[in-house]
Amino acid sequence: MSQQYPALLVIVPLLSALVISAAGWINKRLCFPIAVAALGVAAYSSIGLLLRVMEEGAIVYRLGGWDPPMGIAYYVDHLNGLVLAVVSVVAFLNLIASKKSIEQELPDKTAPFYALYVLQVTGLLGIVATGDAFNLYVLLEITALSGYAMLAMGKDRAQLSTLNYLYMGTIGACFYLLGVGYLYIVTGSLNMVDIANILPPLYESKAVLGAFIICLVGVWVKMAFFPLHAWLPNAYTHGPSAASSLIAPLVTKVMIYVMIRLIFTVFTPEFAFNILAVSKPIVWLAVAAIFMGAILALAERNLKKMLTYIIVAEVGYMVGGAWLGNRAGMTGAILHIVNDALMTLCAFLVVSNIAYKLKGYAFDDLKGLVRKMPFTMGALVIAALSIIGVPPTCGFFSKWFLISGAIQAGQYAFMVALLFSSLVNVVLFFRVIEICFYEPFSNDHGHGHGHHPEPMAEAPLTMLVPLFIVAAGLILVGLYTGDIVNNIIEFAIPKSIV
Amino acid sequence: MGDLIQIVVAKYNYWIYITLMMIGLYAMIVKNNLVKKIVGMNIFQTAIILFYVSTGAKRGATIPILEHGHDGHAHVIHAADYINPLPHVLMLTAIVVSVATLGVALALAIRIYNRHNTLEEDEILAQIREK
Repeated sequence: MSQQYPALLVIVPLLSALVISAAGWINKRLCFPIAVAALGVAAYSSIGLLLRVMEEGAIVYRLGGWDPPMGIAYYVDHLNGLVLAVVSVVAFLNLIASKKSIEQELPDKTAPFYALYVLQVTGLLGIVATGDAFNLYVLLEITALSGYAMLAMGKDRAQLSTLNYLYMGTIGACFYLLGVGYLYIVTGSLNMVDIANILPPLYESKAVLGAFIICLVGVWVKMAFFPLHAWLPNAYTHGPSAASSLIAPLVTKVMIYVMIRLIFTVFTPEFAFNILAVSKPIVWLAVAAIFMGAILALAERNLKKMLTYIIVAEVGYMVGGAWLGNRAGMTGAILHIVNDALMTLCAFLVVSNIAYKLKGYAFDDLKGLVRKMPFTMGALVIAALSIIGVPPTCGFFSKWFLISGAIQAGQYAFMVALLFSSLVNVVLFFRVIEICFYEPFSNDHGHGHGHHPEPMAEAPLTMLVPLFIVAAGLILVGLYTGDIVNNIIEFAIPKSIV
Repeated sequence: MGDLIQIVVAKYNYWIYITLMMIGLYAMIVKNNLVKKIVGMNIFQTAIILFYVSTGAKRGATIPILEHGHDGHAHVIHAADYINPLPHVLMLTAIVVSVATLGVALALAIRIYNRHNTLEEDEILAQIREK
C-alpha cells in the first residue's frame, strides 16, 4: 500500500471528481462525504509519503511500470514531500470549513463545486509530484481550468475578473509550454532528471537560455509576480469564499515550488545562479513586488482585497528569497511556502466566516465585530501576528531566514523591503483590529440602537474548528521550525548551494 | 539583405509561429471586444501547437508507421527515415487543453453578456462603475 502513495495521491481525487459529478445527479448530499474521503486519502498518503522520504530518501514511482525517460515518473524528495503534505492538509481543512459557506453561497451548484474542488487538488498534487516537464503543463492546466470555473461562480464582477485571469493564466501556461518545447528541441527529453543530465554541455546555448527565461516568465505570470500580478486581486476577491480560500493559499505557493524545482532539478543551481547572472535583477523585481504589494494593500478598504495584495507581496518574499542564491535565503523561501499557505488559509477562512454571517467584508461592515464573532476575530489576530512576523508564530522564522539570507548575499534592498513590508502589515492589521475591537457595532439598516451589548452570533462549529486547527498550526509550525528545517528543508536543498 | 532572407527562409517555421503568437498577443491586449480577445488567445495557443508540430518534421522522412513490423523479421530502422511522432502526440493533449480553455472562456463571455448585454469591455467597466 505505502508503495503506491505517489499514485494514490493523484488518482484517488481524480476518480472521485468523476464519482462526485455522477453522485450529484442522484443525491446532492452524497457529494461532500465523497470529497472528504478522497481528500482524506490524499492527505493520509502525502503525510505517509513525507515520512517515508524522511526515512529512505527520494522515491521514484514509475507510472504504469514504464521506465523514465520514456514513461512518466513521479519523483518525491524532501522538497516536494513537504509541499505535498502542506497542499493536501490545507485542501482537506478548507473543504471541511467550507461546507456551510458553499451551501449558503452556491445552494444549487454544490455537486459541480465539489467536483471542481477535488479536481483542483488533483492538479496541484500532480504538479508537485510529477517529474515530467510536459506532464506538469497538463496538470497546470487542470488546476487552472478548475480554478476558473470555481472563481467564476462568484457574484457581480466575478465572471469578468475570471476572464481576465483566464487570459493571463493561458499566456503563462503557454509560455511554460513554449519553454519546454525549446528544451525538448535541444535535449530530446521531457523527463526533468534526464534533461538535467543532458544539459550541462549545452549551458552556453542560446536556446537553453531562451527556454529558461520563457519558462520562468510563464511561471511568474501564474504566481502573480509583480508586474504580472494584475489578474490576482480581482479574481480572488470576487470568487466564492470557499474557492478563494482554496486557491489563494495554494496556487501561488505551488507555482513558487515549480520555480524552485526548475532551478534545482531541471537547470541546476549552478546554471541558474552562476552562469546566468540574473539573480540581482530578479531580487530587485522582488523588492518592487514587496513594496508595491504593501502600498496597494494600504489603499484598500476591503478586508479580502487587502489580503490579496498581501499575497502579491508574499510572492515577492519567496521569489526574492529563492534568487538570493544562498542556503539561508532558499531555506526561508521553502519554509515560507509552508508558512504562507497556512497564514493565507487562516486569513481567508476568517473572511469566509465573516462573509457567512455578515454578507460583506468591507471595513465598514467590520465595526465592533469582536463582540459578535470573538473566536473568528481571535484567529484573525493570530493570522495577523504571523503575517507581520511576531516571534512565536511561524511567519517570524521564515522572515528571519530570508533576512539573514539577504544580509549574507549583500542584498540590503531586499532586507529593507522585508522590514518595510512587516511595518506596513502592522499598520494594515492594526487598522482592521482597531475597527473590529474598538468601534461600535453599526447595523446597516441604521436604527441607531443604544448601549445594550450585541448578541454573539458566531459562525457554526464546522467552520470554527478547522479555523482553530489552522490558527494552532501557525503557532505549532513556529515552535517546531527547527525540526522542519533540520530534518526536511536541509535535505531538500542541493549541496551546491552554500 | 540577402543574409536576412536566408535566415528567415532557413527557419521559416519559427518565424511563422512567432508572427502568429504576436498576432494573438496583440489581439488579447488591444482588442476591446471580449470575443475578439478570446479569438486572440486561441491564435496564441495554436501558434505554439504549430511550433511543436513543425519540430517533428524531417526532410525526406515519412510517417512513423512500420510496414510489416509484426512479422518478426526485425529489419534495421533508421530514425532519420521517420518524422518524430512525439511532438504530435504531445500536441493532441495541448489541443484538448486549448479546446477546454476556449469553452470555459466562451461560457464566461455568455454569462457576462447575459448580465451586461454587451461584450465591449469599456462599456462593461462603465456599467460596473455606475453601480
